[in-house]
Amino acid sequence: MWSQVVGQPEAVAELRAAAEHAAHVRFTSDGPDDRPRVTAGMTHAWLFTGPPGSGRSVAARAFAAALQCPRGGCDACQVCHTVLAGTHADVHEVATEKLSLGVKEMRAVIERAARMPTTARWQVVLIEDADRMSENASNAVLKAVEEPNERTVFLLCAPSEHPDDVSVTIRSRCRPVRLRTPQASAIADVLRERDGIDAETASWAASVCGGHIGRARRLARDEDARARREAVLGLPRALRDAAAAFEASDDMLAAAEAEMVALTGTRDEAEREELAVSMGAGGTGKGVAQAQRVAKAAEKELEKAQKLRQTRARRDSLDRALVDLAGYYRDVLVRGFHAQVAATHPDRAIEVENAARDGSRESTLRRLEAVLACREALETNVKPQIAVEAMVTALRAG
Amino acid sequence: MPPRARSKPVDELLPVRLVVGDEGLLVERAVSAAIVAARRQDPDVEVRTLKANEITAGVLAELVSPSLFAESRVVVLEAAQDANAEVTTVLVEYAKAPTDGVALVVVHPGGAKGKALVDGLKKAGAGVSEAAKFKPWENDRRADFVRTEIRQAGGGITGEALNLLMEAVGADLRELAAAASQLVSDSGGQVDADSVRRFHRGRADVTGFAVAEKAVSGDRAGALEALRYALDTGVPHVLVADALADAVRTIARVSAAGRGDPGALASRLRMPPFKVKKAMGQARGWDAPGLTRAMALVADVNADVKGVAADASYALERATSELAELAGQSRRR
Repeated sequence: MWSQVVGQPEAVAELRAAAEHAAHVRFTSDGPDDRPRVTAGMTHAWLFTGPPGSGRSVAARAFAAALQCPRGGCDACQVCHTVLAGTHADVHEVATEKLSLGVKEMRAVIERAARMPTTARWQVVLIEDADRMSENASNAVLKAVEEPNERTVFLLCAPSEHPDDVSVTIRSRCRPVRLRTPQASAIADVLRERDGIDAETASWAASVCGGHIGRARRLARDEDARARREAVLGLPRALRDAAAAFEASDDMLAAAEAEMVALTGTRDEAEREELAVSMGAGGTGKGVAQAQRVAKAAEKELEKAQKLRQTRARRDSLDRALVDLAGYYRDVLVRGFHAQVAATHPDRAIEVENAARDGSRESTLRRLEAVLACREALETNVKPQIAVEAMVTALRAG
Repeated sequence: MPPRARSKPVDELLPVRLVVGDEGLLVERAVSAAIVAARRQDPDVEVRTLKANEITAGVLAELVSPSLFAESRVVVLEAAQDANAEVTTVLVEYAKAPTDGVALVVVHPGGAKGKALVDGLKKAGAGVSEAAKFKPWENDRRADFVRTEIRQAGGGITGEALNLLMEAVGADLRELAAAASQLVSDSGGQVDADSVRRFHRGRADVTGFAVAEKAVSGDRAGALEALRYALDTGVPHVLVADALADAVRTIARVSAAGRGDPGALASRLRMPPFKVKKAMGQARGWDAPGLTRAMALVADVNADVKGVAADASYALERATSELAELAGQSRRR
């Protein structure tokens, strides 16, 4: 079970120790007991931070399994399996496919957090996207995180402890678990052993994934993901010609759109059909008109939710592309200074070398800034087309 | 004005009249003209106004059948697109052999719904009054309309005054008609530019595109003026920001694509040809560094109007001004 948490020995040691302590925590509801009251090793709220793909939610889920499992995380019993699969009755996972977690969703979570666990020792609330909580939402959970029910544990995941990600008030009530970017060798190992990917592909994928385990797996397995990466990294070359640069930006937007459709399209359709069936579509007889009005409203609601999901998917896809691009310019900059650090895209060494020779460090830095500015622009709801085209013109100008 | 062969003069009393269109003012006028014409023949004429979806074929047949004492009657049937098949049949049959002393006015908004009725009545020889809304680009027709309004009110208007009036009031016919009659009565007949200016100020219907067009062609004062009018008349900030971005990116893309046939360029860039042609003209005033700055500028203002800036109006004003400035600089270089 802990083997899923790749390349994080310190964090795993800390969590295992906490889970062991947790097994000895005596609750007031247990009644009089001779066992010594040990509470020091366990905490009611945890904040898992680490760069994307470092396995925050995986670590949190493993910890939840260790807490719930009667044998402290054996990875063999039904409890462990259900927790890891996300179906355990006393582990509530909160994640969102929209851009943010709203206060309404969080109020429902708080209510659940106040209940006693049904079968296990703990009531675990796992908030995967704690950084996506709106300001109102984090204020709403504040009180619950501060003093939860004695059997309730909050596990929050966020990219960093920066106030932009987690409000200071939440952070100060949590015990931090800091995950680091896993080593490329550790990622390659896990790709080989768990996913059965051949050694060469595994080490290539691990070297270009920027420490993101999920991305490494996708690159190793998915032809389309590799093609998208190639297209994005081809953009700096297209910059020599103005028309080609704009075409490259068109391609980037089209790729994001295609990825969004691939991710959500079939699901959208299935959901619509499912809703139509459950709302009694195609029915005849008395009261159909009334039922249809209700169905229309439900359909509108669903469409709204789907649209939010599409926006998120589109934006995530663009963001991945921009991170790859930023990695490229970082490599050029690193090369320009002859710094001895690992490259983000080692397979592009020759191109990076040439770019470092041809352009000044200042212009590389300006280009890097342009890419980061585009990421920021997308986050502030700028139309993707405008943001990307502005970036491309800035990249061209250098 | 295009010839309207099928339109019969409104004054004439017709046994069956069909009013087709969705411009409220014109519909009302056609209907009331029919009633007035009927009143002229018989001051005690009975007027019945009904909605097509509220009547049955039986009620309709009764309404249009001759009355016992030969009293005359005007039947106005509104929202004729909602008439069911039976009512439609009765109407068309009736139009072929109308009753003396009954004037039937059928009001249809145009469009595909209930088209069978329109076609049937036309075929049966009903008089048709067109009352379709003027299309946004049909400024000539609107000008004709205003001129006619003024003439009917017993006045005249100069060309300059007409342009001013249309710019200030906008495209709404009802408002134009009201303004026209008011102006004639205020000025005592001849309407000139001064009397229009006295009562009408500012401009209606300024879109974000108008602002953007002025800005990218370097007309700073004009762009800022248009922006104020646009914001005052309630054009959303986001639309103006999008129009600015669209104008700049179109120029950037067109000038990046190089010279060539606008038609071919349009299909390659997936833009309408008129847009490409216009951008080719505007692109002459821009150089590469200016465009780079302008692209960054419009991307920033796009974020500004979506909540980054404390005051979206100010952000737009600054962006418009800077954009016009950049256009001017590029031109001087």
